[in-house]
This record gives sequence, C-alpha cells and structure tokens, in this order.
Amino acid sequence: MKITTKLWATAALCGAVLTGTAHADPHPDAELIIEGELHLATRAAPPEHLGGVLPEIYSGWLFRTDETRTLQMDDFDNPGMLFAERGEDRWYTADGSAGQSCADCHGDPESLAGVRAVMPKVNENGELWSLQNYVNNCRTERMGADAWGWNSDGMKDMTALISLQSRGMPVAVQIDGEAAEFWERGREMYYTRFGQLELSCANCHEDNWGRMIRADHLSQGMSNGFPTYRLKNASIVSLHQRFRGCIRDTRGESFPEGAQEFRELELYVSSRGLGLPVEGVSVRQ
Amino acid sequence: MSDVRPRIRLPRSAKAGDVVEVKTLISHNMETGLRRDGSGEVIPRQIINRFTCEYAGKTVIDMDLQPAISANPYVEFDVKVEGSGDFVFTWYDDNGEVYTETQSFEVG
Amino acid sequence: MLTRRDTMALGLGAAAVTLVPGMASASAVDEAIAAFTGGASVSEGGVTITAPEIAENGNTVPVEVDAPGAVAILLLAAGNPTPGVATFNFSEGAGSQRAATRIRLGGTQDVVAVAKMPDGSFQQAALEVKVTIGGCGG
Repeated sequence: MKITTKLWATAALCGAVLTGTAHADPHPDAELIIEGELHLATRAAPPEHLGGVLPEIYSGWLFRTDETRTLQMDDFDNPGMLFAERGEDRWYTADGSAGQSCADCHGDPESLAGVRAVMPKVNENGELWSLQNYVNNCRTERMGADAWGWNSDGMKDMTALISLQSRGMPVAVQIDGEAAEFWERGREMYYTRFGQLELSCANCHEDNWGRMIRADHLSQGMSNGFPTYRLKNASIVSLHQRFRGCIRDTRGESFPEGAQEFRELELYVSSRGLGLPVEGVSVRQ
Repeated sequence: MSDVRPRIRLPRSAKAGDVVEVKTLISHNMETGLRRDGSGEVIPRQIINRFTCEYAGKTVIDMDLQPAISANPYVEFDVKVEGSGDFVFTWYDDNGEVYTETQSFEVG
Repeated sequence: MLTRRDTMALGLGAAAVTLVPGMASASAVDEAIAAFTGGASVSEGGVTITAPEIAENGNTVPVEVDAPGAVAILLLAAGNPTPGVATFNFSEGAGSQRAATRIRLGGTQDVVAVAKMPDGSFQQAALEVKVTIGGCGG
C-alpha cells in the first residue's frame, strides 16, 4: 500500500508539473443548484480591494470532483444538514440558569437571516467577533449557560443552522470604518509566510489556485461555504479549524480556533469573497 | 440531547405498483475501534451494525454494517409500493440501543 | 496546543485505517467471500458497482451496487485492514436489488461485490477506486 500511495502522489505531482496545466480548475461550467430550485452563484467579479490579483472569484465548490459537488446539490444527500437539524432542536431547547432557549429571544431561526453573511463583525465594544463569539455571548450572558467550545457538537450544530438562514445571500462583511484596522491586520497575515515550509495563504490560494499541490486541487481559499461538511472529518468544520489545518500543513505552530489572529484573518479572507453567496452548509473533500 | 438522529427521504407521491427510491441517513460516529485517544488508549468500537426497512409489514432490506461504513451512515434503496402503509426503519447500535423511525406513506 | 499524537487521534477513520500496518490479505478477502458463498464457485459479471474513479477523500466514498434478481450482495474493500464493508439482504418488499451507501477506503484499492442469486449461484465484480492521499485533503 505504501508503494501505491507514493506512486500515486508522485504521479499526481508529475502530472501537474509536466503538463503545466495551470488553471485546469475550476470546473468550467458546473452550476450549483440546490434541490433543482435554489441557484447559488459560484463565480463573481472580484472585489475592488483585490486590485486585480484574481481575474474572477470562485467558490471552492468548483474545485471539487463531480461526486463531492453533487452531494451539495441535494439537501438530503448533504450530511451537513444533519447538523443544522440538530441545531434546530437545540434552538428550541431551554439551556442554562435563566431557563431560556434561543427561540425565547429570537423567535424562529429565520430571524437570523443575513447574520452569517456579515460575520465576522465588530461588536458594540469595538471587538471583532466571529459568529461563534456571538453565540457564546448569548449563552453566557443571557441564558446563564456554559460557553460552547469552538469545535463542540453544540457549536457545530448551531453555526450550521444559523448559516443556513443566510444561504444565497452575498457575503457582505464590513471592511472599512471600525473594521478597517482588523481587516488590515488580517490582510497582512494573509501575505505572511508561516512554518518550516514558509508558505503564506497567498502562495497557495492566490499564486497557485487551479494547480495541484501533490494530489489536491488548490482552490482560491474562499470562505463562503463555511461551516462546511468535510468528507475527511465526516463532520462540520469551522473556518478557524480549516485555518489550523492549513498552518499545520506549512509545518507551523498554529493559533487556536477563536484567536484574535484568526478572527482578523477570517475577516480578510471573507472580504476576498465579497459577492459570492453564503452556501449555508457546503460539502468539501 | 441525543446525538443520534435519523433522516428519511421518501418521494412526495406514488401510484400502486411503483418502485420508489428511499434515502436514509443517521447521525452516528461509526467508531471503528481502531483509533486511539490522546492518552494512547484504544477508543472502543461503537457502530451501527444492522439496518432494516419494512414497508406495509413486509421486509424490504436487511443490511449488516461493518466499521468500513462512513460516519453518519447513508443507505439508499428501492421499494415496491403496492398500497399505502407504514415505513419502519430500524438501526441497531453496538451499545444495544435500537433507533426506530416510522413514517406513513400514501399511495394514490 | 494539540500535540501530534492528539492530532492523529482526532484524525478520522481513514487516517486510523492508514495507521494500521498491513492490509487485508488476499486470503482475508477469499475467506470473506467463502463465508458468504459457503465455498460455492463464483462467476464474473451480473453485478454492477458504481463508484468514483478517484475519491477525493477515502473517509466518505459513495458506492452503489446493483445485481438484478439477487437475494443478497456482499460488499468488500479488498485493501482495507479488514475487508468487510456491508451485506445487503433484499426481501420481497424490495423494488430492486440495488443499494447505495458511503464507505471508508484506507487507500487505492479494489471494491468487490458478490451477489447471491435465488438459484444459489454467485456472481462477482470488482472496481478499482483511487483514493487521493497527500496534499491538504489526506
């Protein structure tokens, strides 16, 4: 098996190098239509702040195989929906010393339509918060419940449910005004090389998207599909969890999920996808 | 809250004698028994080891599952519906628990 | 901060499968088939396996088996540490002898399906599925 593995990886690498098929990805004409009804754009004009470094912006969905793309086109086939459904159970279940559920304040989950599209967002105290921070603020301050861990089942279920309410709405994070300083730091991090391999986000996702990295297809690293159901984990994966994986792959010491650095990076990465729709709960490899 | 949650998809309608496609999914880690935790201890195997579907009192499919079935087991199959009846889906867990989901189905 | 060991432990089925030394030997596959057939001979064909030529991640690989008229289909992954995947037993209420599921494959290997026919004969098919390992997905 070892030999097979190595040969296969080598073959993929050689394939990429020898054929020099730059930008063989993304898929040229696949259309993301959920349940035959909801059309989600997977291509959009790049935001102005990118200054032309990308000719067009593409959802990560376009870089996946036929089988993986198909899974997202049907809400039953998409296992991420299991998490959103469990999130709905939690939404209506009282938790904590105040004896309140999410529904007691917010009504139905639909009331949070649009929330995921503007995350991360500066809160009233001037701090940049991710969706997870807002969820935990409700839990600890209003419900008298324990905060959920970033990768806990509760958080996965709830972020899946809340994201789904914004499905189809364009990413619309604020990057100016009070958000500007966070955005600038996120931008700087995006172009900073990390780890023994000295790779920045840009080295893969700006300079080499569409090419292979060993046996994997490099996307533009767009975040509009997160939280995503990742086949590798067979679970919901948050954007910060994915950031950690990327930094690990550079052989670097990562920041923990929820770190200030990752919230700033989340803001900048989200802003590269301004105009692409939130995919709710996407499916990736 | 139980982490184990079944999902079923049946077609919206069918006529007598139709063959209908049924999709099932259940949230479950399908722990293989091959992994180790942070302290090096083997995490015990815990999987859904059997799944059955009955329609209108007749068995449709009886499936044995091994640890090589992915987490959140998905099973899709076809059922011949001669008339209206109940679908009964049953999943058997290694820990002895049995999860059952019943859905009635109208045949026009 | 997670240690490498934690990371590996958190790693999922496919990773765990990869860590187990060795793979199902030809005899383990033969034994699984013999247990299913009771030692009867098995002819080629009569079973269709549908699976991706290249699976992006071995932890979740969609596979469909179809053997018109069969009473049962045994599904095996010949390259996993243990080859057993599932057995589908079709009864009178079944509308076809087809089933689809999602399986774990520890690496590039043959998926094998053996169908038991009502007359007691057996038919089999195999299909190679390449599993992407390496890059950022593995």
